[in-house]
Amino acid sequence: MIADVGAQLGLAYAFVEREVALSKRYWAWEIVWLVYGIVTSLSVAYIALGAPGLSGGSGDPALVSRFVLYLLVGTITWRFLGLIFEQMGETIAWERWEGTIEYTFMAPVPRLTHLLGMCAATLVRAVGFSVAILAAVALFVPVDLSHANVASALVLLATGAVAFIGLAIGSSVFPLLWTEKGLQMAYIVQAVVLLVSGVYYETTILPGWMQALSFISPATYVIRGMRDALLDGADLAAVWPNLWPALLVGAVSIPLGLRAFLWAERYAKRTGRLKRSG
Amino acid sequence: MAVQIREGVRTEKKTAALAASGVCKAFRPARVTPGGTTVRAVDSVSLSVWRGEIYGLLGANGSGKSTLIRLFSTLLTPDAGTVRVFGLDIDRDELAVKRLINRVSVEASFFKKLSAMENLVYAGRLYGVAPEESRPKIVSILRRLGIEDARMTEPLEKLSRGMQQKVAIARAFLSTPMLLLLDEPTTGLDIRSKREVQTFVRDLRDEHDATILLTTHDLDEAARLADRIGILHQGRLVAEGTALELAARHGGGSLEDVFMTLTGRRLDDADASEPERPT
Repeated sequence: MIADVGAQLGLAYAFVEREVALSKRYWAWEIVWLVYGIVTSLSVAYIALGAPGLSGGSGDPALVSRFVLYLLVGTITWRFLGLIFEQMGETIAWERWEGTIEYTFMAPVPRLTHLLGMCAATLVRAVGFSVAILAAVALFVPVDLSHANVASALVLLATGAVAFIGLAIGSSVFPLLWTEKGLQMAYIVQAVVLLVSGVYYETTILPGWMQALSFISPATYVIRGMRDALLDGADLAAVWPNLWPALLVGAVSIPLGLRAFLWAERYAKRTGRLKRSG
Repeated sequence: MAVQIREGVRTEKKTAALAASGVCKAFRPARVTPGGTTVRAVDSVSLSVWRGEIYGLLGANGSGKSTLIRLFSTLLTPDAGTVRVFGLDIDRDELAVKRLINRVSVEASFFKKLSAMENLVYAGRLYGVAPEESRPKIVSILRRLGIEDARMTEPLEKLSRGMQQKVAIARAFLSTPMLLLLDEPTTGLDIRSKREVQTFVRDLRDEHDATILLTTHDLDEAARLADRIGILHQGRLVAEGTALELAARHGGGSLEDVFMTLTGRRLDDADASEPERPT
């Protein structure tokens, strides 16, 4: 039993090692994404810094500092969750493009192990990027974390990662089913999640139908809870109202996403879609 | 589990490494394609490949060779019929079958920015071969295939098509498959590379007890390597036997003559006129 778990972990590690090797070889693109992430987050922070001047507000430094952190928490948390979504979604599309998809699916690796390995690789990248972006932004913009409850924030982030992994596995079904347009569909799903999850604003300002969507997006709860933890120092008990819905989405979306993926794999094998393109 | 399967099959004498019975595969056109018709890529194919045998599947482009290989390598599910690999059903015992097989396709598919060594270490891991075990093995196989040490750590995109194909063969060999599926492995290679690969394939069978199913549209290659040859035409297996048996059964002459008798065309002409069919 233990040997079997060890063997599966070894197999899963193959995907982590591969992704790290690919990141090294595509280092220039990694720098592009990193710079893009830093610049986007900084731009959002400067919007907060410049808001009092635009709105004719008081410019109270405490309020401005709070607004900067409010937006930064949203943008960096979204960056973290979005990276998980993108990379998992590209699991299939990337391998189609490289032409390795047939070899990956022919290998004697249980699909659960394959996806777990990809999730682990994705998490390593998302954590690395998010920490680097936060550190870089802090060099330019004053970030007041004096009231932050870091433990609560980390728990929320971990929960959000789990919930997003389920969604991302589900969305990677699109490239499996539609060889040419599947990835674009996955990106549209991601864009809608961004719109309805209150990344830069409260979801209460959204139209009713969007609020209904925000209700099922795990990002809504994770970002709201992260703000409570980092702006107001909320402990675990205080963030629980946002924690449990994210946990619930994760508990539902992971098995559902896996089931959808396995169904899509069978369908792709039946219809001849498990092949390279490009 | 994989070790048990391997030990089990190694102790048996006359074993069908691959047994296909009444296998059919058709591809329906996408709904958005006007006037598209269903293509019957593989039509009631039954064949057996015995353990230790090199079986050559000969056919023109679009005859169904690649579809058959993809069916045998678990990348496609048959519409009808059964496929067994060393007695294991490819559908029900998929994971166990995957441990016993490997495949080389006509296109050497790799992570192009990674080196041969990185690609092969990764491939080895997927088959449970640890890097400390795979690295020396990779060096040995690649040297034997004529790839210099310095090229092993270069990104694969910098290697020639022939070299990439040799790395693809090394990848398949690395997992010491009991059944190796070679889908036109020498297409596009120069004469020397072709010979090196053919010698390696023979050595692989002789030294490692591998069974090999080889698809080709190269008559010389089929005659040189295969113990038995099957001729596939429009998705159907129209003849099967040794080169001599086929010649005797179909009016004597060369393999080219046999092919022409059975399909009504020369292989070169058939390649030129057959439309590409879905694989």
